[in-house]
Amino acid sequence: MKTSKTDTDKILLSGNEALALGAFEAGVKVAAAYPGTPSTEILENLSGYEGVYTEWAPNEKVALEVALGAAFAGVRALATMKHVGLNVAADPLFTSAYTGVRGGLVIVVADDPDMHSSQNEQDSRNYAFAAKVPMVEPSDSAEAKDLLKAAYRISEEFDTPVLLRTSTRVSHVKGVVTKGKAEKPAVKPGIEKMPEKFVMLPANARKRRVEIALRMERLKEFCETFTGNRIEWGDRERGFITSGASYLYVKEVFPKASVLKLGMVWPLPERMIRSFTEKVDEVVIVEELDPFLELHIRAMGISCRGKDLVPAIGELNPAIVRQSITGEKAEGVFEPVQIPMRPPNLCPGCPHRGIFYAISKLGVFVTGDIGCYTLAALKPLSAMDTCVCMGAGIGNAHGMAKALGNDGLGKIVAVIGDSTFFHSGITGLIDIVFNRGNSTVVILDNRTTGMTGHQPHPASGVTITGDPTVAIDIEGLCRAVGVKHVRTVNPHDTEECGKVLKEELQRAEPSVIITKAPCVLLPEMKRRKDKKLYVVVSEKCTGCRSCLRLGCPAIEWAPLTEEEAKQRGYKPKQKGFSRINAVLCDGCGQCAPLCKFRAIVASGEEDEEIR
Amino acid sequence: MKKSGNILLCGVGGQGILLASEVLSSVLLKAGYDVKQSEVHGMAQRGGSVVSHIRYGKKVYSPLIEPGTADTTVSFELLEALRYLPFYRKGGTVIVNTQKILPSPVASGMASYPEDVLEQLAGRGLSVLPIDAFGIAAEAGEKRAANIVLLGALSAFLPADERLFIETIEGRVPEKFRQANIDAFRRGRESSITNGGEVRP
Ligand code: SF4
Ligand code: SF4
Repeated sequence: MKTSKTDTDKILLSGNEALALGAFEAGVKVAAAYPGTPSTEILENLSGYEGVYTEWAPNEKVALEVALGAAFAGVRALATMKHVGLNVAADPLFTSAYTGVRGGLVIVVADDPDMHSSQNEQDSRNYAFAAKVPMVEPSDSAEAKDLLKAAYRISEEFDTPVLLRTSTRVSHVKGVVTKGKAEKPAVKPGIEKMPEKFVMLPANARKRRVEIALRMERLKEFCETFTGNRIEWGDRERGFITSGASYLYVKEVFPKASVLKLGMVWPLPERMIRSFTEKVDEVVIVEELDPFLELHIRAMGISCRGKDLVPAIGELNPAIVRQSITGEKAEGVFEPVQIPMRPPNLCPGCPHRGIFYAISKLGVFVTGDIGCYTLAALKPLSAMDTCVCMGAGIGNAHGMAKALGNDGLGKIVAVIGDSTFFHSGITGLIDIVFNRGNSTVVILDNRTTGMTGHQPHPASGVTITGDPTVAIDIEGLCRAVGVKHVRTVNPHDTEECGKVLKEELQRAEPSVIITKAPCVLLPEMKRRKDKKLYVVVSEKCTGCRSCLRLGCPAIEWAPLTEEEAKQRGYKPKQKGFSRINAVLCDGCGQCAPLCKFRAIVASGEEDEEIR
Repeated sequence: MKKSGNILLCGVGGQGILLASEVLSSVLLKAGYDVKQSEVHGMAQRGGSVVSHIRYGKKVYSPLIEPGTADTTVSFELLEALRYLPFYRKGGTVIVNTQKILPSPVASGMASYPEDVLEQLAGRGLSVLPIDAFGIAAEAGEKRAANIVLLGALSAFLPADERLFIETIEGRVPEKFRQANIDAFRRGRESSITNGGEVRP
């Protein structure tokens, strides 16, 4: 059966996949990013398209600088990041508004309302206002692609970087997208010296500052007729102004209402907004997070409702939108029941668990940051005491050490992931060395960026496309910045880890401990054949629960009644016994030395132990 | 033919829920519906509870299912079927994989795993279909295809042709595992039908 062309061109894509397709269709030549939920899949997908150069940069600032450089060279360029990544990239962002571009430059920023996988909630629209650059905001996958392509045209026509904002419910929602034609950008690549525009010395920058104001006036005019901004007329009693995912919730709950849908959230089309609000009885602004539209619309002297009704904290959804505006609760809904929580956990066999177990035994204060290993903060390990932002643990440890002097020695340790170390740990380490600090930094080298789905980093030895490259030597790097004591340990060997930690913590000099063992989710680890699983020889288990302190998901506690204990030949007061779930065990062996009764052994060695 | 619907897939990170949602959404698109599917990546995937919302109809705006409106739910793990209770509509269908994955408070002996999950669901007037997806997948010769077994069980309740499911699975699964996956799908579908699931064209 032959399907018509229109059918095969319709595909289901997530917002992030649609942005990758949009970048390809827009003729983007260079794209850079640092992985971060919910933005990661944009670049991951784009790296599969022909003719686009993609790279994982060490951090978002570098990613944006790379993309800006490509735009200076006259090609269309893209940088993608999560909301907190834009904080890191804010420096080049603000000045790129001054330099403008040659080839189009779009920066995609993915917000995470509700903090599904983030340390804070930020509304990136504020950056558009603060940095004086236009921002577009799609509601779904189809719009994500269209608005990205429009953003490139705007970027080139107005000589400005353009921000595109998504959120978790745009980036990670799949919707129907129609494939389009590839565009040929008008700008010709090449080197062109434009010092008045590209060299932001004060004298040049002052002129460019005026240029930005003029550009913004032109953009204000443009957005009045921009097709991404549109009015959908319906009942006139209530008119909604909305954008992004909030638009979908408004349409779902109030299908008959009048809606002004903004595809461009900065600058705002004042005349359009005015004429809309004049024609409806009541204006309600529905937006996620900050009252961004509301503040700027109120500043126009228009009265409206907004955050007095709709929450400014967390994600919106149809139920919240309905209830906050009409007061109606969804009816006939089952009440939730009390059941055990299911918090995320480090995987069975995760090398982080070993080193964090060793750290937890020392009772020290652990300054940490962002990664899978942040999960070590949860029970039973409880081995992280701070988590602020990428790299923060190193500066925090140094600051605490300086504050406490000798009283702090041996009591504070910084931990950081390998990818995170390249992102923003190196500068902190240099600070410790430079300023005569004495902190110990543990670098967790598992060869990958785990939390975001295993992207390679500068020490992985491969690029985003899997091409071999130099694997930067972390140990050599630490020595090169002046750390004299750098030791490498196997994190699965908790006893050795404990010993090395104690020695280095006591030292009144900077030191680094590198834990080296690959993430168990890496394909080569999943494929390995020499894996030996561990088992609990139940006859020998006394129910002391020592092994449970590791928090490995494969170790399960089986409670016993007095009767059952007797039947199994245990002491009647033994409350239960441990067992290892063979489906989950990854054979790391961390648990074995924890059992003083030698009940935990590699499978196949049980018999020996019983004898 | 049913005009629209809300499907909830829930379970534990790593159970193949995302793949099952993807296949399901593609099938619904091919069957002529507008589709939106929402899921959350990142932190939650590390052994935490995960949920995927799939909505289909002539035109779908919100990607999120409202409380009390999920028509059909597939819980990939026994206990998780209770976690999302507020989403189920009165009298809705809940397909439950009877496999247990102990959440960490249970594994560490701090909490106990409820014994009466299926009874609690049925007691609320929901139509409950327990299924041993893991066992059925093993019979089909591919233990990792439990998610496809569950997709098969779900397919019996959906207005999309079986052929569309099979085509889509074929397109998604590497050659080596294709036959076992299709077999897993058929067995899952069969189990729903014999359990009283209604088959739609
Ligand atoms: S540490 Fe050994 S004796 Fe204690 S509960 Fe675990 S397996 Fe049993
Ligand atoms: S060897 Fe022990 S700690 Fe390692 S995965 Fe197996 S049960 Fe967990």
